[in-house]
Amino acid sequence: MSIQISSLTPGVLVETRAARVSTQPAPGRLSLRARKPALPALGAALGLTLPECIGQRAAGDGTEAICLGPDEWTILTSADLVAGLMAASAGVDQPHSLVDISGREVTLRIDGPRAAELLSLGCPRDIDGIAVGEGRRTVFDGATVVLWRDADNSFRMDIWNSFAPHLAQLLDIGARELAAESA
Amino acid sequence: MLLIHCPYCNETLPEAEFTYAGEAHIVRPPDPSALSDDEWEGFLFIRSNVRGPHYERWRHMHGCGRFFNAVRDTVSDRFLTTYPAGQPRPDLASLTAASEPSK
Ligand SMILES: [Zn+2]
Repeated sequence: MSIQISSLTPGVLVETRAARVSTQPAPGRLSLRARKPALPALGAALGLTLPECIGQRAAGDGTEAICLGPDEWTILTSADLVAGLMAASAGVDQPHSLVDISGREVTLRIDGPRAAELLSLGCPRDIDGIAVGEGRRTVFDGATVVLWRDADNSFRMDIWNSFAPHLAQLLDIGARELAAESA
Repeated sequence: MLLIHCPYCNETLPEAEFTYAGEAHIVRPPDPSALSDDEWEGFLFIRSNVRGPHYERWRHMHGCGRFFNAVRDTVSDRFLTTYPAGQPRPDLASLTAASEPSK
């Protein structure tokens, strides 16, 4: 049986001695596509310096950005700042696309002593290849996710809504199994 | 599992992040309606199906999202190189010489 999507409201989904998985409050999310020459002007409009290397992140006042591809960024902010950022970047006189994707994803926080190991349950990538303070888009048990590594054993995972119950369920099982193993 | 180097991410990553996308360097005819049925069939369906180094497209689907090209030996499954889409075919002689095991 899978977790109902309605249960993915902010709160702890599972907590064991190995790891804790919790649903994060929904932020404002923006998807930005642009070419290099537009970056300085867009960064000024969004209030941060857009990172140019895939996987790198940057933070501004109440905003956070990650570079996901050669011309693609996700920007996180609070829901009430979205309209302002959209309006500010609309004035940038360079081809670009900035789309409000706030309703598209759910974010889980995965932390605890064996959080990195828990992620290896569904992610084929070497988790240690993602440095603290960076992030990557990757795959987790067949679903595309964005992993943000905030500390050695603290991650955020952005998941498209329809995959979220399945991945939450899998992480729940994994956190319990790891705890049972170390008992 | 194969490990594939994405020329955009500049990282060597597990195959599960990638999808295969057929033979590379197949140019769409600029004026399809000027082609005979045989020529159009050739463009759509006829591929070289080589035994050995094969120029092919991959997409870093669960990553940067980009299509890129690769040269993979269809016998050994070894990747000789990967390079961004739009670049010319790398010279095969230099690739196979470089991947020859040293004696
Ligand atoms: Zn890539």
